[in-house]
Amino acid sequence: MAGDNLKHLTDSDFDATIASDTPCLLDFWAPWCGPCKAIGPVVEELANEYAGKAVIAKMNVDDNPATPGKFNVRAIPTLILFKNGEVVDQVTGAVGKPQLIAMLDKAL
Amino acid sequence: MADYQLIIVGGGPTGLTAGLYAARARLKTVLLEKGVPGGQVMNTDWIDNYPGFPEGISGFDLAEKMAAQAARFDLETRSGVEVVSMDLTGAEKKIVMADGTSLTSQAVIVATGARPNKLNVPGEVELAGKGVSYCATCDGPFYRDQEIAVVGGGNTAIQEAVYLTRFASKVTVIHRRDELRATKIVQEQAFANDKIEFAWNSQVSSIEGSQGVESVRLLHKDGEESTLPVHGVFILIGTIPNNEMLPNGQFEMADGFIKTDLEMRTSLPGVMAAGDIINKNVRQVVNGAGEGAVAAMSAEHYLAGQS
Repeated sequence: MAGDNLKHLTDSDFDATIASDTPCLLDFWAPWCGPCKAIGPVVEELANEYAGKAVIAKMNVDDNPATPGKFNVRAIPTLILFKNGEVVDQVTGAVGKPQLIAMLDKAL
Repeated sequence: MADYQLIIVGGGPTGLTAGLYAARARLKTVLLEKGVPGGQVMNTDWIDNYPGFPEGISGFDLAEKMAAQAARFDLETRSGVEVVSMDLTGAEKKIVMADGTSLTSQAVIVATGARPNKLNVPGEVELAGKGVSYCATCDGPFYRDQEIAVVGGGNTAIQEAVYLTRFASKVTVIHRRDELRATKIVQEQAFANDKIEFAWNSQVSSIEGSQGVESVRLLHKDGEESTLPVHGVFILIGTIPNNEMLPNGQFEMADGFIKTDLEMRTSLPGVMAAGDIINKNVRQVVNGAGEGAVAAMSAEHYLAGQS
């Protein structure tokens, strides 16, 4: 089913998820942000297309203030790509799917 | 034979309205959008001047409703498709996309719009997303009880400065002149708001900070300099046209914008342009949408004459 492959991360399970050598693309979003809602379906599609290859996840910045604070996220949507616990790449704004695919493929 | 009768480049309110009219005219049409449909209106918190919504409507909801309305009439929309070049001179127009593929059509509507202007000062690029923002509705809530700055004096800047006072403890509007360009009702709201202060006759010369924005450096008209400590700076100083993919010299332009007649026709047969990419003074959602409708009807007339 659509959306099953999309993870919803919280401040508490964040560290464990990004520590893996499987790349993790994390979408920082909030319900009040229009462009975040616009990019939502794209992120969901990626979760299905990259199932088993990369972790695609979202984090609500209202409910989880610690993680965005740690990475100085002060604009959303911001998508950060993690691998082995490190930031590999990041992008801010409602970018197109090809740009996110290029980001992911480079890290695979 | 061309792939389509009509290609619409750009999925903001203008392109979506053109798409609505084209779909209802049963033109074989595709709309190409480089991100997701909606355009700049998605960055606006609240729209009070688009008729038909007496209580106003959020920019996102308006964009979504426009996309849904076009979809109801089976407009084919491709998202995440960036157009990188065009050849519009012949009877068959060619649109080339970032992945190297291309599409052809008999008519084209250019509705590529505009994007926020940058200040082009040191620190702006380095601190983008880390305190430098171009979208108040996206990023405002990160500044609860903090002091921030808004750069600009037009409608967008002043309206968003008022919006940002919902979160910030103080908003300083930095404006290069000693009066605002914003519409009177918007100015009145700003002047009545105790959380808004003004730095008149001032320009930002740099944005400072290591991990995030810590301050902006101001240059005043009298030659004095000062430092304003802020956690965020919202740059809302107008827009620049998205014209990089337009063919050089194929149609008439003015200052980077496309010249059109009242029917939204460019100087090239079969090529219409509408919305923020055209050379005009008023850049509102309502006239962008109106121009989109006119452009689609001009395309329909052009196509009728071709067959």
